[in-house]
Amino acid sequence: MLELNFTCPIPLPASDHILLAHGGGGTLMNQLIERVFLPAFSNPALNARHDGAILTIGNARLAFTTDSYVVQPLVFPGGNIGDLAVNGTVNDLAMCGARPLYLSAGFILEEGLAIETLRLVVESMRQAASSAGVSLVTGDTKVVDKGKADGIFINTAGIGVIEHALAIGPQSVCPGDAVIVSGDLGAHGISILSVREGLQFDAPIVSDTASLWAPVRALLAAGLEIHCLRDLTRGGLASTLNEIATARGVGIRIRESDLPVEEAVRGACEILGLDPLYVANEGRFAIFLPAAQAAQALAILSAFPVCRRAALAGEVTAADPGLVVLASRIGGNRVVDMLSGEQLPRIC
Amino acid sequence: MCLAVPGKIVDILADPDPALRRATVDFGGVRKEVSLAFTPEAAIGDYVLVHVGFALNVVDPVEAQKIFEYLKQMDDLAEIQEGPA
Amino acid sequence: MKFLDEYREGAPVALLAREIRRIIHRPWTIMEICGGQTHTILKSGLEDLLPPQVTLVHGPGCPVCVTPIELIDKAVEVAARPEAILCSFGDMLRVPGSTRSLLDSKAAGGDIRIVYSPLDALQVARDNPHRQVVFFAVGFETTAPANAMSVWQAAREGLQNFSLLVAHVLVPPAIEAILSAPNCRVQAFLAPGHVCTVMGFHEYEPLAQRYHVPIVVTGFEPLDLLEGIRLAVAQLEDGRAVVENQYSRAVTRAGNQPAQQRVAEIFEVANRQWRGIGEIPSSGLRLRPAYRRFDAEERFGLRAAGARESADCIAGLVLQGLKKPIECPAFGVQCTPERPLGAPMVSSEGACAAYYHFGRRPHAGA
Repeated sequence: MLELNFTCPIPLPASDHILLAHGGGGTLMNQLIERVFLPAFSNPALNARHDGAILTIGNARLAFTTDSYVVQPLVFPGGNIGDLAVNGTVNDLAMCGARPLYLSAGFILEEGLAIETLRLVVESMRQAASSAGVSLVTGDTKVVDKGKADGIFINTAGIGVIEHALAIGPQSVCPGDAVIVSGDLGAHGISILSVREGLQFDAPIVSDTASLWAPVRALLAAGLEIHCLRDLTRGGLASTLNEIATARGVGIRIRESDLPVEEAVRGACEILGLDPLYVANEGRFAIFLPAAQAAQALAILSAFPVCRRAALAGEVTAADPGLVVLASRIGGNRVVDMLSGEQLPRIC
Repeated sequence: MCLAVPGKIVDILADPDPALRRATVDFGGVRKEVSLAFTPEAAIGDYVLVHVGFALNVVDPVEAQKIFEYLKQMDDLAEIQEGPA
Repeated sequence: MKFLDEYREGAPVALLAREIRRIIHRPWTIMEICGGQTHTILKSGLEDLLPPQVTLVHGPGCPVCVTPIELIDKAVEVAARPEAILCSFGDMLRVPGSTRSLLDSKAAGGDIRIVYSPLDALQVARDNPHRQVVFFAVGFETTAPANAMSVWQAAREGLQNFSLLVAHVLVPPAIEAILSAPNCRVQAFLAPGHVCTVMGFHEYEPLAQRYHVPIVVTGFEPLDLLEGIRLAVAQLEDGRAVVENQYSRAVTRAGNQPAQQRVAEIFEVANRQWRGIGEIPSSGLRLRPAYRRFDAEERFGLRAAGARESADCIAGLVLQGLKKPIECPAFGVQCTPERPLGAPMVSSEGACAAYYHFGRRPHAGA
């Protein structure tokens, strides 16, 4: 008979260096925010931890946000880092229910970058800004040594004006609210992976980076009682829903069969072993509003191409506070946890 | 272990050496080039199970259907046993 | 997607679940071997549909979990060399070694690249003739043919800068080790479908007979798993113990001959350490002498001195189904997916991670 020894690997020390996973939009990133940034900078606007800060200056309510863009590759099917840099910040303002007005842009350029590439990126930014109705009013440029910047890093900051009386943010979410997703999931993340070395595949999938202000404005103009808007970016729908559930102390139930995913995105996820719930998105957002208004919201969204696959994904519950629960296609339930680090392709 | 996904062969890239024969396989619209080294019998239109870039077998559609026939029988039987609704 | 979606539908699944409830009269403990099967069970909430008399335990079917710590350390050692590029499946990146994981090594500047296929690693070698490319060849029998082909092609092309860090393990010896352990409580097995696509299922027949346990070769979709469980329960209730093939659309008794031949040409059976369990004789693969020049351990003289294990993590007991993750005092406390103590907390199919992510149950009636 075999002698079996039960032994085990030693504990991995808690990381005292930044890992790539700290940028993944999941638990590690949230830990970094909670343990390093928030204690240093705590104030009411920041502590609300929404996509942008809501500030009152005189009689005006403004939204102010910033975001940095470090995507590799710089150019991918459907866009480039420039589109993301404009639309990402425009969308963070839109998620506060603010009309985007002005952007700043800071560029960190790597020595050796082709100026033609920079022109391409800047032209995309011009077009994106024009579509979104914003002006880029101030900027900065720095150059770093070869090897220090992946081509281009861009930071954009944005200011928008809030022209309604709603308090749009996680704190307004209530049990009974409907959860709507504005479109199909995972297209952006898969389009990036499809051109990444070691994983390439042919896919009719393009990133849907776009400004979301127009659909948001339409929802507000219809007088809908929007409780919360949140754009889906890194970490996918799962991370966004977990953030809201945790911030507000509510449960969220979603139904697998109601989540819109394009077949090609599904195919790519199958072969790489990825879960679409955790794949990055651009040009997609989640809406929390009273259930009675969900049908009207969906009707309004259907007029916008970027929202053509909007769907009612689930509801907010009082039960299971802090948990996101998925009803699977076969009728079982599972907890959809926050991603721990980046989701990696797997063979097992 | 182990993720192997069924996809449809849409094109075959022949090679005098069967170990180097490759195919374009379609997974719901996503296409990837796959080695047919272990499925020399695979033909265009076949569905193959692909694991880490290699086709491991040709999916047998007759066998694939059997469970659904069994389920249908079970369902019919249950209706008979439970009587008219 | 054809041959996938139809096995994920609610109605057929419900029919099978009802049938299991109809035929079961006693409690039974069934182990599924493959990590991919564990993943489906947990991701689809399949256990919600099973009668309470069925206890599913998750076996050591995850190469991530069972790859010996020394091999992680060797991979880390290679990745630290400036001339080396380490190519790996994504699964292995987060597994803790004695002091660090490959992900930590990447953070520290090691050239570590995730690939989908060993053929991608070969391409990296062709594209980087002045660097040494090492492919971390983990997996069960399912992946061995692909890894064998990469060596065969490298030999054919005369590539001087490609090598394999071999960590292959075999399933039947692991099942035997579990069955022969004194407090084994597994009464039936769901054998890993894709391993059997390659190897066939004839190797399991002596095990079923010798230990009198039903072994059902099972696929990976919810319908496959329920059907596999149904067949296992039917055998158990009848007192039968044979090998049955649920996954007949992908598995035959003899398996894939060209694949087996290629593996036999390149690899030979060897003893292997299973992390958390110990050495199981003849349970792994190593490169044959004719191909030993492609072995990274020899090429680089990798030593991995001082590989250390501790007693805190009960991975071994969990991997054998003797304890559930929640019975481990470190579970969720010192040991979480962000700071794993052991491999089962790392792998997305590792029993501990699965429990951590999926096992927190919502309230009944929700």
